[in-house]
Amino acid sequence: MLKTKEVEFNYDNQMFFKFQNIDLNSNENLLIIGESGVGKTTLMHLLAGLLKSNSGSIKLFDKELNQMSSYQLDSFRKNNIGIVFQRPHFVNSLTVKENLQLAQYIANKNDNTRIESILKNLNIFEKSNKKTNQLSQGEKQRVSIALAIVNSPKLILADEPTSSLDDNNCSKVIKLLKKQATDFGAQLIVITHDSRLKKHFKKSIEL
Amino acid sequence: MNIFKLSIKNIFNKPLSSSISLALLVLGVGIISLLLQLNTLIKDQMDNNLRGIDMVVGAKGSPLQLILSSVYHIDSPTGNISLAEAETISNNRMVGSSIKILYGDNYKGFRIVGAEKKFIELYKGVIKEGKDWDNPYEVLVGSKVYEKLKINLGDELISSHGLRETGQSHDEGTFKVVGLLKPSNSVIDQLIITSPQSVWDIHETHDHDEHENEHEHEHENENEHDNREITAMLIKFKSPMNIIQFPRQINENTNLQAAVPSYEISRLFKLFGFGIETLSYLAYLIIIVSGFSLFINLFNSMRERKYEMALIRTLGASRFQLSTMIIFESLVLTISGFILGLLFSRFGVMFVSSLMEESINYNLNSLKILNEEYWLLGLSVLIGVVSSLIPAIQVYKMNISKILADA
Repeated sequence: MLKTKEVEFNYDNQMFFKFQNIDLNSNENLLIIGESGVGKTTLMHLLAGLLKSNSGSIKLFDKELNQMSSYQLDSFRKNNIGIVFQRPHFVNSLTVKENLQLAQYIANKNDNTRIESILKNLNIFEKSNKKTNQLSQGEKQRVSIALAIVNSPKLILADEPTSSLDDNNCSKVIKLLKKQATDFGAQLIVITHDSRLKKHFKKSIEL
Repeated sequence: MNIFKLSIKNIFNKPLSSSISLALLVLGVGIISLLLQLNTLIKDQMDNNLRGIDMVVGAKGSPLQLILSSVYHIDSPTGNISLAEAETISNNRMVGSSIKILYGDNYKGFRIVGAEKKFIELYKGVIKEGKDWDNPYEVLVGSKVYEKLKINLGDELISSHGLRETGQSHDEGTFKVVGLLKPSNSVIDQLIITSPQSVWDIHETHDHDEHENEHEHEHENENEHDNREITAMLIKFKSPMNIIQFPRQINENTNLQAAVPSYEISRLFKLFGFGIETLSYLAYLIIIVSGFSLFINLFNSMRERKYEMALIRTLGASRFQLSTMIIFESLVLTISGFILGLLFSRFGVMFVSSLMEESINYNLNSLKILNEEYWLLGLSVLIGVVSSLIPAIQVYKMNISKILADA
């Protein structure tokens, strides 16, 4: 389902990254692990279609990302990919529920029962009508997971989801992510420097 | 949820900075619209009362005063002229029709005008209740007068000398209301109209009682058998061409004054038109400043909200959708600024008109949207688009990957 080949990327001819090939089947989760500065975030942005590689090929769900226009990438992303960021971002003028409704609107969907079931599943249903800046750190992380999965993506990309957490919370969050992915039928790719996560994944590659 | 709703939520999320831009715009639009409204309403009202009057003949003095007093009834008269002299003019072959009017008394601040019956026809006055006057001391009452003073048919009105409420009262001058006029949206709405004879009668006794000495001198010079006077005469020419020649003849060859209302009124408008122009430049300046303030607001909020923008993009929104959102935010503010500005000006018109009604009995209530105000709407939309253009382009060109990597 994901196949990359000879992917290369450079920022303004200064930083140069060459990524190893990835081959991931359907129904598999993947851990991509690497030290700081090896281009983890760059790789994630390439996979999410936020960046375009200079050469090589990224084939995701049988689509070649490098051949898509920026508009096609936007549309591909909203239909297939959910992203969990290292630091959660929200639209601050909206409540938790409205943030999720906005995500649905962007993907031309409108399904309040799904929003409710996701929020209940993540144990933050009672925060539905709170503004996002009134949430605790843990609640924010769960809302950002909800944002990533609200449009039923086939792939969830998570960037350093556990880096600032203690061992206990680290394991809670990764279990939560895996459970959400399974519950809603998505594959999970986690990109991190956090070696504690190795034991949670059958398949991992090191950058 | 949609982009439009999101724009509104964003505006309400920053009430302070949004309301400053909004207030400036409301002020700018409000002032311009108020000026436009007042200008149009006053001009309409003035023109409405001018219809059918080409020239006014009265005593020597200020021509503008003569017009204001005998056409609009908002100033004191320049003096009286003798009926005989007026007759000579009205018999001139250039005169199409003439109406003699005389006034100098009031009832509770509303003028009592003695006039020929043609006077009511001139303003298209129609009797709503009662009948026309047949005898002296019978009066027709204008709509605003009876509405305000709650006058009914058959009431008796005791007039006072002078044109203001405080004048001494004529004990002899008791008028009987025989008719009420329909509203005509002209000056007769605020007048009490009677036959010339009634006014002569009152002043005959009055003058002899109290001003005998002053008037003896005048009487000597006047025609023995007719010393009656009128205040002014409203004239319509046979041909519009006469307007050039005839007033000058009167002013040069007689001791009467002839004034042309349309000329005097356009002179008046030129006088205060300068003030209006200055004020409207100021208001346009305020609108431009509001555009700048809007631009700065959006520009700053783009910087604060760059992660939000990046998030919305990663959720799959296109560049175009995000830019649209920014422009929407700006347009929502400018269009509501325009609407509030119009409301502001309408309240302003009501306020000014209530002030004017107190002092000069003019009513200016009319709330229709003027063509110039559609231009103001266009201007508001333009300000909205222009001030959001740079922020919208910024958002369009935003590098989401870089923003997210910096987080």
